[in-house]
Amino acid sequence: MAATTQILREVLVELKGVTVRPPPVEGGRAVEGVDWQLARGEWWVVGGGTWSGKSDLLATMAGLVPPEAGAYFLFGRNVEVLDEDELVRQRLRVGLVFENGGRLFHHLTVSENVALALGYHRNLDAAAAATASAEVLELLGLTHMADALPSRIGRPSRQRAALARALALKPEVLLLDNPLGGLDWRQTAWWIELLAVLAAGHPFLDGQPLTIAVAVDDFCPWRSEGGQFAMIKEGRWQALGGRDTLDATREPALRELMAAG
Amino acid sequence: MEAREATTQLLRNVQTIMEAPLPRGYLNYTGRMLLRFLLTAQGLGAFALITLGVAVTKFNVASHVMRPMIRSEISRAGVRLLPVVLFIGAALGFVIIGQTVAFLQQIGAQEYLGKVMVTVVVRELGPLAAALLVLARVGTATVIELGNRRAHGEVEALEALGIDPVHYLVVPRMIGMAAGIFSLTMYLIIAAVISGYVFAFIQDVPILPADYFRQLAGALMWEDFALLALKTVGFGVVISIVSCYQGLAQPLRLEEVSFATTRAVLHSVVACVLLDAMFILVYLVM
Repeated sequence: MAATTQILREVLVELKGVTVRPPPVEGGRAVEGVDWQLARGEWWVVGGGTWSGKSDLLATMAGLVPPEAGAYFLFGRNVEVLDEDELVRQRLRVGLVFENGGRLFHHLTVSENVALALGYHRNLDAAAAATASAEVLELLGLTHMADALPSRIGRPSRQRAALARALALKPEVLLLDNPLGGLDWRQTAWWIELLAVLAAGHPFLDGQPLTIAVAVDDFCPWRSEGGQFAMIKEGRWQALGGRDTLDATREPALRELMAAG
Repeated sequence: MEAREATTQLLRNVQTIMEAPLPRGYLNYTGRMLLRFLLTAQGLGAFALITLGVAVTKFNVASHVMRPMIRSEISRAGVRLLPVVLFIGAALGFVIIGQTVAFLQQIGAQEYLGKVMVTVVVRELGPLAAALLVLARVGTATVIELGNRRAHGEVEALEALGIDPVHYLVVPRMIGMAAGIFSLTMYLIIAAVISGYVFAFIQDVPILPADYFRQLAGALMWEDFALLALKTVGFGVVISIVSCYQGLAQPLRLEEVSFATTRAVLHSVVACVLLDAMFILVYLVM
């Protein structure tokens, strides 16, 4: 039975013995020995302390930064042998939400931020791209601030706009870098609820379940929804398993991540 | 006795200093400068090739997004600078004719007025003045703008959306600055030529407008038009590449943006002068 389940798992992103480049800060260290398979419909939560390399791990997963060592497969294809156009095509199937306000383009409005990728990849003019992005803005409750510049809206709304921008192209995999950082409990509940709906298959994504990987510095809000857990400890990748394992473990570093909230 | 010993010691010290090898600091400094120049030239060359490659291979990609951006950049580096360019052109005409007319009258060579205008304004000062103006008004702003975007991680955000930053950020600026400098140079030359004649007229130089323009036309060769176009487009490409390279092509922190801007100005001026020198060689051969 277990073997059948293994066969049925459709691995979308795979890292084999990967070493992730260290963050560009004093004392930032590389994450080594990452063996991670992200299969369709899974929801992974990866914990780690500040500058532990979580963001760099997600950037590597999204195909933005090549790994220092090891093999990286995106939708079953070794990224090393892909040409640039093919890599971009595969990368568009992965959405990435950056932390700290999502790195929105500050000179574009919320609507233009969301519409940019749609317009660029589908060659739509500004009006057509804005119309196409209206659905995702509505889904995330951003319609009333569509014409506002990112500097004129609050941090929670910026984070939502970043999610809208990542969802605009209807990705199959969504990577989120500490999306709940600095949000209150209401916003936190909204995010968890929305991600759960997306993971289950929302009509916006044509009913397809969204595969999710979240990098966090606090496991607590994610315990109820996350399916698989992992952590980065002293520069090493460590898969933890499901919720049951999470509750049972006595790992001190993990207990710290559980108590962070 | 003590005085003689002191003098001897002093002479000995001077001799020691004279015989000592060049202080290591000078060599280090020169070596470092040379190395930095070579590395910058290499980086700029690679960035220029990448940009030109992207401009050609992605010529029709996302045309509905890119064309409005190119129009906007042409407006920024061209149309909006038109008033100041006309002012500088007029001033240039006054200055050149003002300086040369008295001299030409002394030696009875008023018929060379047009030749002077063509040699000085059309071939040299016109393109250079327009280029420096675009560098000051648009090139510096480009470094700050792109440097801020780079420092805020927007370039990585573009890549995450599958958008090539060189295509989206650099190519429109390159086309805008090249077209801008080319067009502005034309207007600057026209303004200088007209204001030059006005000044000559005020100075009572006995030359009719028809004769003045005939002199200009006679002094111009067809190569002038071709080289003028090449030179102005070259200046635009050089300034845009240097500005974008300094703002975009390397990781920047916010506090480094101002240094990148001054570096871009310096490198752009040096690169434009070098390019100008190449064209002077061509003119000498002509």
